[in-house]
Order: sequence, then C-alpha cells, then structure tokens
Amino acid sequence: MAHGAGGKASRRLVEGLFAPLLFGDSYEPLGDAAHFAINGASVAVTTDAFVVKPLSFPGGSIGDLAVNGTINDLAVSGARAEALVVTYILEAGLPTDILAAEVHAMAESARSAGVKITGGDTKVVEHGKADRMYITTTGIGSPIRGLKIDARSVRKGDKVLLSGPIGDHGITILLARGDLDFEADLRSDTRSVLPLVEAVARVAAPGLRWMRDPTRGGVATSLNELARDCGLGVCLHEESIPVRDAVRGACELLGLDPLHIANEGQFLAVVAAEYADTAINALNLAPGGEQAQIIGEICDQPAGSVLVSTSYGGSRIVDMLVGDPLPRIC
Amino acid sequence: MCLAIPGKIIEISAENPDTAVVDVVSVRRKVDLGLLQDDRPQPGDWVLIHVGFAMSKISEQDAHDQMQTLRILGEAEAAMQEVEGYGLPDASDSDPN
Amino acid sequence: MKFVDEFREPELVRRTAEEIRRLADPHRHYRLMEVCGGHTHAIYRFGLKDLLPDNIELIHGPGCPVCVLPMGRIDDGLALAMDPNVIFAAFGDMMRVPGASGSPLEHKARGMDVRIVYSPSDALKLARLNPDRHVMFFAIGFETTAPSTALTLMRAKAESIHNFSVFCNHVTIIPAIRAILDSPDMRLDAFIGPGHVSTVIGCRPYEWIVKNEHKPIVVSGFEPLDMLQSIVMLLHQLKKGEARVENQYKRVVPWEGNRAALRAMAEVFQLRPYFEWRGLGFISQSALRVRDEYAEWDAERRFEVPGVRVTDPKAAQCGEVLKGVLKPHQCKLFSRECTPEHPIGALMVSSEGSCAAYYNYEHRKTAMVNIQSSTA
Repeated sequence: MAHGAGGKASRRLVEGLFAPLLFGDSYEPLGDAAHFAINGASVAVTTDAFVVKPLSFPGGSIGDLAVNGTINDLAVSGARAEALVVTYILEAGLPTDILAAEVHAMAESARSAGVKITGGDTKVVEHGKADRMYITTTGIGSPIRGLKIDARSVRKGDKVLLSGPIGDHGITILLARGDLDFEADLRSDTRSVLPLVEAVARVAAPGLRWMRDPTRGGVATSLNELARDCGLGVCLHEESIPVRDAVRGACELLGLDPLHIANEGQFLAVVAAEYADTAINALNLAPGGEQAQIIGEICDQPAGSVLVSTSYGGSRIVDMLVGDPLPRIC
Repeated sequence: MCLAIPGKIIEISAENPDTAVVDVVSVRRKVDLGLLQDDRPQPGDWVLIHVGFAMSKISEQDAHDQMQTLRILGEAEAAMQEVEGYGLPDASDSDPN
Repeated sequence: MKFVDEFREPELVRRTAEEIRRLADPHRHYRLMEVCGGHTHAIYRFGLKDLLPDNIELIHGPGCPVCVLPMGRIDDGLALAMDPNVIFAAFGDMMRVPGASGSPLEHKARGMDVRIVYSPSDALKLARLNPDRHVMFFAIGFETTAPSTALTLMRAKAESIHNFSVFCNHVTIIPAIRAILDSPDMRLDAFIGPGHVSTVIGCRPYEWIVKNEHKPIVVSGFEPLDMLQSIVMLLHQLKKGEARVENQYKRVVPWEGNRAALRAMAEVFQLRPYFEWRGLGFISQSALRVRDEYAEWDAERRFEVPGVRVTDPKAAQCGEVLKGVLKPHQCKLFSRECTPEHPIGALMVSSEGSCAAYYNYEHRKTAMVNIQSSTA
C-alpha cells in the first residue's frame, strides 16, 4: 500500500475517507495536532503510529522515533508536549531484549525532552503480523503562548525557514536495510525540535505563520501541502537548502531527490519577512540549529505548487511524492 | 538512460582484483572493475560508475581542458560585450563583396 | 562532488547560455533532439530550457529503455515470477511500470517476492544467499547497462550458480535513431548524443548519421555545462553547414568505446532478428537476447514465456510522444487519466520518460506563463 509513504496516496486516504467521516464539517486544513479547549484550559493533542524497518539504525531506533515524532508534531502545531501515552503492538516471539531496548530508548528520549510517559497498552499479535513491533504514541501538550499556526495566515513575501540538513533519516534507513550495499557515515537526525521551535517563538511569535515537520515524503511533500492549503506558491532557492555530502552522494548515486526524503529531526517554518532574519539568527544560535537556513519565500505563482530555482536562472516544479522514493539506474 | 556518477577508487580487493571499493563524497560501495580489465585503474583513480560497475576512467586532464575551454569562451564573450559597448563597427557586419 | 560540481558552476553556465543566445540565428528555428532519457531528465532537473532562447527547441528522443518496452514484456516477466519459489529482481525504474495485470510493486503488494536491486551483481548475490530459491533478474537498458548484465552472467557461469536467470530486454540505440530519422513526421536539425551509451560503443557508430543524413551529432555529458557546451558546438556546425560527429564528453567517452565491455556483450548476447518497441513498432536487429552458450541462464528458455502482446489503450499517444512528434501535454490523456499516480504508459512512470519529466518539473510552469501572458 503506497498510502503510508506520506505523499499523494496518504493525503487522499486521510482527506477522502477519514476526514469526512471522523472530523465532521470542519473545513480547516488538517494540521499536525488538534488544538481545543477543555473547561477553558487550552490543550493540544496528537497521535502517530510508528512503523520502521529495521527497528534499530544508526542514530536511533523505533522507540526514539515514537517519542520525538509526537513531540515534534505538537511542537510544529505550536504546542509544548507534556505527556505521552504509548501503545505497543508486538509480534509473538519478539526477543525480550529487543523490546527492553526500545522501552529504554523511549524512556531516555522522553527524559531528555522533559516529557512524561504516563501510561499505555500492549497487545501481542501472531508471528509475522507486526514487522516485529509497531508503536503508537499519543501526546498531550499546552499551546505555546503567542503562537497561532495556520496555513491560511501565510502571505506573499513571507520567508520559508528550514532548521537543518535534509535527508539524513531516510537515507540512513535505506542504507540500513542493506539491500543496496552502500555504506556511509550517516545517522538518523531523530530528535525533539521543541527547543528550536521555542527559540523561534521567543523572538518571532507574531510573525510565525506556519510550521511542519517534513517526515515521510520530505520537504517537497510538506511544502506542497502548504501551497495547496494557502493557495499561494512556494519558491525555493536550491543552493540554500542544506544537504550533507553523504546524503547528496547517496541521492546522486541512486537517482533520488533529497527534497523527497524523510526527516525526523527537522522543521519548516514560514515567517513574516520582517521577522525572518531575527528568527534565523535565533535558530543559528540555538544548540542544534547552526545549519538552519532561509530557503525561499512565498510567492503568487505558481499557485498551489513548489518551484525550485537554481543559481543560474533555471527552475523546476517539485511535486509531492508518489509512493516511496525508489532508486533508479536510468 | 544511464545514471552514472564519478567515484574515487579507495581500495582494490587483494583476493579479487575485479572488486574495488569506491567513494562518492563519503558514500562507499563495492564496484566491479571487470569492464576496465584492459586498462586497470589504481587506488586514487576516478571512474564512472553505473549499476555498480566501473564503465570508464575519468581523465582529469580532459576535465581540466574542458573547464579551460569554457572559461575562455566565457571570457571571449565578456570581452566582446565590452567591445560592443564601445560602439565600434563589428568586423562581421561589413559586406565581404 | 568532484567532476560534477565544476560542471554546474553558475557563472560559467550563465556565460555559456549567453554564448548560445549570441550564436543562435534569430531567423532560424532549431530542432535539436536529445536521444537519451538521462538528458531529458537533466534538462528538466536543471531547468535548462529556461536558459535557451525560444528558437531552440529540444525534442525528446526514444532513449528511455523503460518507456520503449511494450506492456506485454512486463506481463511476460511477471508471469515468469508467479512461481512462489521465484524472486523477481529488477531496478527501481521498473517497479511502477504498469503491466496489464498491474505493476511489479502492485504484484509485490499481492504477495509476489519482488526485490529492488541497484546492480545485476546484487541480483546474483541474492541467488548466492538464497540457494533454494530461483532469482530472475528483469534486465533492461541500452548498451550502457548490457555489458554489466553480460559480465554478471559470465560470473554466474564461472561460479556454477544455477538458481539465477536473466529476462533480457536490452535494446540498442542506433536502430532507434534510425527509426526516428526514417519517420516521415520528423524534422530535426541535429542530435545531442547519448554520453553514457557512448562510453561503451564509442563515437564511430554515429558516423552514418552525419554521412547519410548530413545532421551533426555531439556526444554530450549530463551536467548543465556539458549540455550547454554541446549545444554551442552544434550551433557552430549548423552555422557553417557542417555535419560531423564530435565528442563533448571527452573526460569519460573514449572515441573507440570500451573494448572489454563490447567483448563481454558479444560473449553473452546476440542480436534478436527483430523486437517490438513501444511506439516505434518492430525494428530488426535492435535488441539483445542470451546466446545458446548461456541458455541455462536465459529466463526465456528456462521458463515458459506467455509471449503476450498487449496494445496500448487507444487514446494513449505514447508512440507519438516517444518519437518526439507530440509534446507530452499534447497527448489527450496527459494529466487527466494519465498521471504519475495512475500512469497509463511507461513514459509517465519512468523518471526519464518525457511525460513524467514534463509533469513533475514543468507543466505548472507553463500554466504560470499562460497566466502571466493572459493578464499582461
């Protein structure tokens, strides 16, 4: 099923099937987390399922993804994660030490992010039915004061910021699977982006219009969703997009575009032009944000699409991902 | 067709001289040198890699020469624009008859 | 990246583009065909069309080995892999190509053991690691890729690896160029020659084009500076009324080609009397099959090939787009019934297919230009 890869098919499944049945008449663009009030107290809630093969890879494991991924969804919706609940679906016969390692990883990730894991559930399914382990995390948090994240507030001239180099996670996973026989000194970038989001919020909250964590489907998919949700164009400058050498090398060898590769420790932000420099400086000064860049701006045309231009005047449209990124030889 | 990328030979297997490890900006892969058996590359040489096979040795000299040609082209163009800016008649404008 | 970044240097790209503008005769309309799908992809990826004057038209040629495969061959390959004991191994390029009963990826979702490999040697490795299964490698590609398949078969024979076979769909580039030139709807001024095929076959095979057809051809690399420099070289020839074979990609392409690669191909393959090309019909001596000496590793002889001929849906105009007669957006199905998500033909799936390249990189730009010019 291509529907999990994060691109067009996923979007159709969510918007075409789930949203009308589950979310009622709301016409708001679907965000990374839901913000609402309970007895006057504002809360944010999100949930995410984590499926990865192999379970463990350079830079982390499924447990790390499960904690950081949910913290990040809350963060880019403009909320600080307070607590997580966890569900494990385990394949019968999964060695206990593997399970223990993941639980440790989750505890550690949660601890270093300052988030409590307050409960959960476990189910065991038949051997062969769960790729060893699936994890779901649901996160609850409190909205960050002063932030109003909404694609509809994005305006022409706003700047697009990226927190750091792209493609590390997706390429690490691809290489860790072993089928392609490549080796590189690469690690998943899985981490909580909350500190960086807070750094931007502290100095640029009034101008912070929209954020997203470009996970499956990469930066191209997230920005295409933005372009569609705000009805404007996203114009990127190719040479300002940070990509590590090893990611670039792997992408060139395999015929992949870094813009389509998954990230687990980065976020995109759209910031009003007058706040953009302040925001990027704050990011660059924050630990882990040294490679953040302004990578483009919001424009009139091409409406609903993402345009990438080269430093010598050529340009191309970058579409949303269709299915998983596949290596090619031609 | 043909996605082929330049890579540098890092080491050649002692047991099998047709197998080498190639480095492409720090990504490494085993590559088959069987198609270059008539002119075996050495560690440090650059080769063009396609589907895990080395297709050709890359000539640094030719690459350098090409860059020179392109730079001269660019400079000649720049020089010509400068001259055109002076408003003098162009030699090619004149009627040969 | 060495040998890559230098050939993308922005200032030199700008200046070479200016040289092209200077050289192009404003009273002339140039039709240049880039034969190779890799060049089609590069043109869109680097936005090279934005750098060329309007009177230089780039026509996409048939050098996309996935695009020219008739649907029936994909179905044949999948039929051979229906046996649960068989592992179907192919390059990523093949995975979403639609057969009549679905693409390889769709077959995978239904339970077929389908694996993506980066190299034919990886497919052979799968055979070594899975001695009680049979690995069938769906081989595609022009002369760039055929020698690697050939060498892999030579290694399989030398190591007596019997649980391995190749379903051979390698095709050759010269007959395709001939078919284009023979086509009555085609009017071309010159060719941008396939750089990587030429690392194997060299530059001599193109000499008949300049002799018989009097059209220049420049064998070109794939970086922006390579392609722009090749266009400069073509314009110089056209200006002087010349028709020669030139090698722009000297750092990689030897004029005589790669003898060892050609030997490997001759050892393992022979030309089929004829082969069906999507859009171009049957072309004689245009494709490779496995020689008798390697029959044991030839999937077509080890297994029963259904030999299904599947015609393209009537409305699809893959053939005309392949030949360069129609631009992708001129096909009636483009962007409507036929998109990368639900492709009708391989040109919309393969990253080198003109339709996919146009769709992914271009067509909303055209819409943008139309909006700008209509509101001007």
